[in-house]
Amino acid sequence: MNSPARIATIFRREFAAYFTSPLAGIFLVIYLFMSAVLTFQMGGLYERGQADLRPFFQVQPWLDLFLVPALSMRLWAEDRRTGTIELLLTLPFSVRDLVLGKFLAAWAFACVALALTAPLWITVAWLGSPDHGTILVGYIASALMAGTFLAIGAFLSAFTKNQVIAFVLSGVACFLLMVIGFPMLLDFVSGWLPRTAVEAIAAMSVLTHFESMMRGVLDGRDVLYFVSVSAAFLFLNGIVVEWKKAE
Amino acid sequence: MKELIAARGLRKSFGSFEAVRGIDLIVPAGQVLGFLGPNGAGKSTTMRMLTGFLEPTAGTVTLDGIPLADEPIAAKRTFGYLPEGAPAYGDMRVEEFLNFVARARGYVGADARSRVDRSIERLHLEPYRRQLVDTLSKGYKRRTGLAQAILHDPPILVLDEPTDGLDPNQKHEVRELIRRLGDDRAVVLSTHILEEVEAVCTRAVIINEGRVVFDGTPKALDAKAAANVTSNRLDHVFRMLTTSDIGGAPRTKAASR
Repeated sequence: MNSPARIATIFRREFAAYFTSPLAGIFLVIYLFMSAVLTFQMGGLYERGQADLRPFFQVQPWLDLFLVPALSMRLWAEDRRTGTIELLLTLPFSVRDLVLGKFLAAWAFACVALALTAPLWITVAWLGSPDHGTILVGYIASALMAGTFLAIGAFLSAFTKNQVIAFVLSGVACFLLMVIGFPMLLDFVSGWLPRTAVEAIAAMSVLTHFESMMRGVLDGRDVLYFVSVSAAFLFLNGIVVEWKKAE
Repeated sequence: MKELIAARGLRKSFGSFEAVRGIDLIVPAGQVLGFLGPNGAGKSTTMRMLTGFLEPTAGTVTLDGIPLADEPIAAKRTFGYLPEGAPAYGDMRVEEFLNFVARARGYVGADARSRVDRSIERLHLEPYRRQLVDTLSKGYKRRTGLAQAILHDPPILVLDEPTDGLDPNQKHEVRELIRRLGDDRAVVLSTHILEEVEAVCTRAVIINEGRVVFDGTPKALDAKAAANVTSNRLDHVFRMLTTSDIGGAPRTKAASR
């Protein structure tokens, strides 16, 4: 059996695992409900009188902050708590197969949730004539951002046997990765840091890249940012699994 | 006989603690090896190195001719492994869990189904196949772990306390199964129960503080007890080899001199 087939085996098991507990249902309901409430109430989708999904995309980073760690927290912590990590690592899988299979399962689930918001797109398309390209790029950005947060969450989940700890650590890490791009914070440090350093900090922020994509600009550098941060954390994830497996 | 398991010079340190201090284990087909030792002697650590869960600090493992360190995936196909505590996915039904393992072993479709069915039949799990693993009693959970280990008919079986938590009837059944499997395979099983070694094993290896202190047939083990010991002779020998309770014990310090 080759590596893609092995990854597919892990993917199936992990994807199905979301649906064996109430987690999948609770997650989808909360995500869709919150998306709608925030988009219409806070974002004022109707009141703005513009046919776009800007208010919807604007709240995605904040929703992801709370919801994505709920998807990633169990990825490794659960296997370490129950001892199934020993089973997985002595079956004919490589650590890379496991890391990718688990990550892709969580990401696929997040993408399903995102796809279920399609009625919003249909609504604005029905009410006006939005720029579909911009909306598509917004969805791509949302999927990439969720993937990045999931990679960070999976990495942190490998450190602990406790899902709650994994959840909190992931939430904090993703929050930090967002706020380093805040104008408020950047103004604060720009007083005593050189300009290039401030720009470098801003360039590391998820928000900087997400917001430029949200405006409909499909820039290779933004995509590269999300892909490379995800890849880096998945690589580290494999190292932590090897390091912590027997504890 | 063909060497199915060949472990040479295995050592494992955790920080400054040396759990396994040089163990050689050559197991040919047709041998059921009982792996004994007090708690913390290094049994599970050794088995984890045989199955590739832990990398040895020093030494090599070759399984059915395949070097584990160089070709881990190929080597992992040669054995079935029941880890300590028989871990399994609690949120899956018995047959779903076995199906996952079958897929992991490369079986799909009808092949996977027949493997799973055969494994369920061999461990008498039929009435429980639709039950969630989490709701199984300890004994049936252990059987599910065994069903997973023998699913692909591997030439090598590594079983960490396969009969722990089973009632006497279940113990008897599992021992019969292991004996049958041992006819043409290499089986390594760890246990705390010395009568089990007499009942199923063709070879007994006792380790203490990370070293082999006895390696021979169960009969030879029995013969080490003094003639005046009439009951629990094996327990007596075990204590003699692994503690300083009884005179003449080769304590580690004495043995390493």
